[in-house]
Amino acid sequence: MSDHRAGAAASDPGVGSGAPSQEPLAGGWQDTLAGLLAATRRRLTGDYEVDDFGYDPDFHENFVLPPLRLLFERWFRVQVQGIENLPAEGGALVVANHSGTVPMDAAMLTVATRDHHPQQRALRTLAANLAFDLPVVGPLARKAGATLACHPDAERLLGRGELVAVFPEGFKGIGKPYQQRYRLQRFGRGGFVSAALQQRVPIIPVSIVGAEETYPLIASVPQLARLFGLPYFPITPTFPLLGPLGAVPLPSKWIIEFGEPIPTDTYPQDAAEDPMVVFNLTDRVRESIQQTLYRLLVQRGHPFFG
Amino acid sequence: MASTVLVTGVTRFLGSSLVGLLAAGGNGPRVIGVDAALPDARARERMGAAEFIRADIRSPLIARVIDEARVDTVVHASTSVTPAAGSQRTLAKEMNVLGTMQLLAACQRSDRVENLIVRSTAAVYGGSPRDPAVLTEDSEPRALPTSGPARDAVDIEGYLRGFIRRRPDVRVAVPRFAEIIGPTVQTPLTRYFSLSPVVPVTFGRDARLQLVHESDAVAVLATLVTGDFAGTVNVAGDGVLTVTQAIHRAGRVPVPVLPNVMGLLGSGLRRLKLSGFSPEQVELLSHGRTLDTTRLREQVGVRLDFTTEEAFADFADRLDHPVRALSSLLGIPRWGARQPNEYPLPTDLPVPGEPSVPTVPRPDRPKLISIDGGLA
Repeated sequence: MSDHRAGAAASDPGVGSGAPSQEPLAGGWQDTLAGLLAATRRRLTGDYEVDDFGYDPDFHENFVLPPLRLLFERWFRVQVQGIENLPAEGGALVVANHSGTVPMDAAMLTVATRDHHPQQRALRTLAANLAFDLPVVGPLARKAGATLACHPDAERLLGRGELVAVFPEGFKGIGKPYQQRYRLQRFGRGGFVSAALQQRVPIIPVSIVGAEETYPLIASVPQLARLFGLPYFPITPTFPLLGPLGAVPLPSKWIIEFGEPIPTDTYPQDAAEDPMVVFNLTDRVRESIQQTLYRLLVQRGHPFFG
Repeated sequence: MASTVLVTGVTRFLGSSLVGLLAAGGNGPRVIGVDAALPDARARERMGAAEFIRADIRSPLIARVIDEARVDTVVHASTSVTPAAGSQRTLAKEMNVLGTMQLLAACQRSDRVENLIVRSTAAVYGGSPRDPAVLTEDSEPRALPTSGPARDAVDIEGYLRGFIRRRPDVRVAVPRFAEIIGPTVQTPLTRYFSLSPVVPVTFGRDARLQLVHESDAVAVLATLVTGDFAGTVNVAGDGVLTVTQAIHRAGRVPVPVLPNVMGLLGSGLRRLKLSGFSPEQVELLSHGRTLDTTRLREQVGVRLDFTTEEAFADFADRLDHPVRALSSLLGIPRWGARQPNEYPLPTDLPVPGEPSVPTVPRPDRPKLISIDGGLA
């Protein structure tokens, strides 16, 4: 491949000095198109790698990130703060609040670590088993780097030095009514803390403001939820009123702030087995996120115009 | 140290290659292959210097064979996950479960048997989206398989636990193999990927698939025979392929169909004797699983020669390849695969003092019919 390019560059009289393979192509959109075509060809020949969890970096980079990036930059105008709190390498557990009916916050967090961190770190999200039960969504989530929120998977990923994201509120957070916006729900049973303690990786509290307004949940219909086997069936201002148009998120202004890392290697080796340590640490993380949320809400001002 | 080894299921690739590997070299152990059917020419060729006794493991005759040949190591390689077609299913279950029970009964009675190696399968983990992505030997699956050969494997492991309780002096090793693939073996999975030019896949699913190369599977069994590992161990090549990725790499075109159509297609194709796949296979191809192979590397001490990708490449290279033919016409370069002769085949057993043995012969796809109706 590089031979081919070098040959083309040598035959081109306009090319000056410098590495020919680094030569940028003429226009932005031609570049994008060429990249997309090359990626499509790799899809059709199966020439890409998938890790044990089903993460497919090639697919994620070329087909998932570009549309998300558009939402991130143009639609939600996400402001990222404190990205320097993420370690340059090694495992870390990112703990964030969860809201907005559709897990858009997980997607935006992935874009934030990929595009704003100097090492462009891939974020491995832990998702509820419902995601993997659903056709289409399940494989897509795995290709985008998600895996089941369970102890073995979390510890394995952290042990491999990955950046792992967890949303301890789960469905309680994402499916809460709009009136309760920015009020943190119960933080699970603290499983995420014991996973971090076990692997001795830092916990990084993350506060996300803006997701609550994307799909404001006015009401939920438990009967329909039971019918479809979902944890809630949302009624938003646009869904189901406007049908498929209801899938368009409202253009709220977002702020994602990465907080100070909380080290876990100062605790004794068997701290993960001590429920008191786990509860206290869970509370500390939750409290830190809640306080930051209030501060960020004031900083943001208007929910849509910022 | 094994002095007389009895291996079941020598009409099939795994059994016949294993006895060939163990018997080669001259001053190794005495190796006896048993099967209810006569091995055909190719299996016979793979068996090399090993002896063959025709015996059905479902009959008490097997106990007499073990006694009279003074067998100290039994390898049960004929447990099969091959989902045989409807009518053959009863027979397959009988071979799998009742055959194993009879064999275990014979081993329990014998006071010479010291080592027992029973081939199992990763299918015992079932396939559920609620399971962890990577399974260790100690993982408790959320949903046990309820039917078919996977259920047989669960039952067999259950009987084995009973055997271990009753005969704690016998070393029992249970390798759980991921799907075995290669140029020689014929399994439901190889038949599935041989469908051409389109291969049906379940709509909205793309399972992770892990494979073991056939030569690696033989090498692992041989290591378990000569080594001293006791317990359960996962056997799978490193890395995963997704089902659609594998289909693309085999130069076929995946066609998504609804899950129930997938089942119908499977039984329809089976009825037409074209190919066909079972409900268990549809399940595997929908959810998939990855095995943790740390124990294999660290406790058994085996490093497999083939990753999942390489094992699949070695298999796919020998398929006819409609898309590759087209892309070479268009001048599109192929994804790289190692040349087949670059692969080191298991040439020596890891125990010192063991004679070195020749490579596992790899003839072109033989067609063997064994008692349970499956192909070798």
